[in-house]
Amino acid sequence: MLNRLNTVFEPHERALRLRAYRSEVLAGNIANADTPNYKARDFDFQAAYRGAIGQDDLSLARTHAGHLGSSASTAAPSWLAYRHPVQPSIDGNTVELDAEVARYSENALRYQASLTFTSQRIRGLFSAIQGQ
Amino acid sequence: MSLINVFDIAASALSAQSQRLNVVASNMANADSAVSADGTPYRARQLMFEARMLRPGSIAPAVSVKGVVEDTSAPRLVFDPKHPLADAKGYVSYPNVSVVEEMTNMISASRSYQINTDVMNTAKNLMLRTLSLGQ
Repeated sequence: MLNRLNTVFEPHERALRLRAYRSEVLAGNIANADTPNYKARDFDFQAAYRGAIGQDDLSLARTHAGHLGSSASTAAPSWLAYRHPVQPSIDGNTVELDAEVARYSENALRYQASLTFTSQRIRGLFSAIQGQ
Repeated sequence: MSLINVFDIAASALSAQSQRLNVVASNMANADSAVSADGTPYRARQLMFEARMLRPGSIAPAVSVKGVVEDTSAPRLVFDPKHPLADAKGYVSYPNVSVVEEMTNMISASRSYQINTDVMNTAKNLMLRTLSLGQ
């Protein structure tokens, strides 16, 4: 039963985690909008999500009892890519503040959408348990 | 929890931008200070920003102020032979502060500050909504 519950919540949980990651990356871009030679970074959400769903876990394979596991967060930086700026600035900075702010807001909106889906699932399960 | 890190990143930007505003204020206030503490005219100061990871494992860098540099360009010379600080030719050295540059610097700093407070606010709202999940 707990396994079933896990599969119900897993897609949204992964989406939330990736959205939180992306908001951190975009906040880093916005914070460094005035830093010379800073290159804006981002990742392809769709590909990252597919990767997260396809693999059961982002941790390393453990083929021996003595192997140490790795945390999922160490895999995150490999998705990150540099953005192609439309108008690079003269100091080598590639952050376009308006575009980054728009992406940050969009990401926040989609995070809230995932939250809404999750809470609807919880509500649905509650009414199933209560049987009313 | 990476949303918590958004607070650290935005806070580092707020601190860096407020330091920049401080330097702008100092430059503007001393735009006509012909003598500073060491006897020479005041020199315009600029901040150097640097992207730096707050923790070894973090995925996005925060901003830190690497240092303050003094503008080494020549002082502004004003012909005023009656001034007590005038040299043999009658010129007084005034600071090399460009008021126009400082004004644009100030606008840029205050805009960045505002945007980073918005980023922080959004992250806060997302976290509050996450906390109330399932209620």
